[in-house]
Amino acid sequence: MDSILNPLVGGLLIGLTATAYLLIKGKILGISGILTQLLFTRKRWIPLLFLIGLIIGGGAYGTLTNQTVAFPDDRSPLLLIISGLLVGYGTRLGGGCTSGHGVCGISRLSPRSIVATLTFMLTAIITVALTK
Amino acid sequence: MYALVALISGLVFGLGLAFSEMTNPAVVLGFLDIFGDWNPSLMIVMASAIAVGMIGYTIKNKRIKPLLADDWQIPSLRHIDKKLIIGSGLFGIGWGLSGYCPGPGLTALTNNPSEGFYFITALILGSAIYQLQNRISH
Repeated sequence: MDSILNPLVGGLLIGLTATAYLLIKGKILGISGILTQLLFTRKRWIPLLFLIGLIIGGGAYGTLTNQTVAFPDDRSPLLLIISGLLVGYGTRLGGGCTSGHGVCGISRLSPRSIVATLTFMLTAIITVALTK
Repeated sequence: MYALVALISGLVFGLGLAFSEMTNPAVVLGFLDIFGDWNPSLMIVMASAIAVGMIGYTIKNKRIKPLLADDWQIPSLRHIDKKLIIGSGLFGIGWGLSGYCPGPGLTALTNNPSEGFYFITALILGSAIYQLQNRISH
């Protein structure tokens, strides 16, 4: 049951945050965008507080939920660095990540976000198929 | 007021990632592995998040302005260009390599600190390279 209930509740919480952000601030919630605000604009407090909340909430993993899969360990730093560079550069060039394009963009049926989501899903699936 | 809203929003979003186990890159890689031992649970996450989001937009369309801002700031771009495709394509490759997208990468700073450190440092560097490149070309 948890295998259905946990993702269902998780998705609801993510959707609720996006909705609250939209109705309160009038903006699209995207983690890559919020990180960009923190790093490269003068409006630093709000994104900083959001990301602190995110890290605390996400850090509750394992204490609040039943882990069904173990965390990976012993992965090469080089893999993580290449991955981080591609995610950092790619989300800037493409203007969004899984939250901004994938959740918010599809919710409002934005054609750009639908294309972006299909594109990153496709390249991610191919990458996993090739590297596994 | 903004500050409290921001902190609580972040907290709820993070809890959402934790409940759906998106904070664990092994779960994400299992979801992306459609030709292998596919774990479809993240489809449920996407579907329920998008369903709630759609309700949010329906409410938004009936309101004149946001609760704590003067106007809506929804992107109005509609054309699909090379930047969108190449950027999203590169992001997907990075996501498929580690199983981290930006949110779970940040939560890894506490869940799996050494992985989080390498990933987020490189992510900031990648974003800075874009920033620099953009500044030079303008």
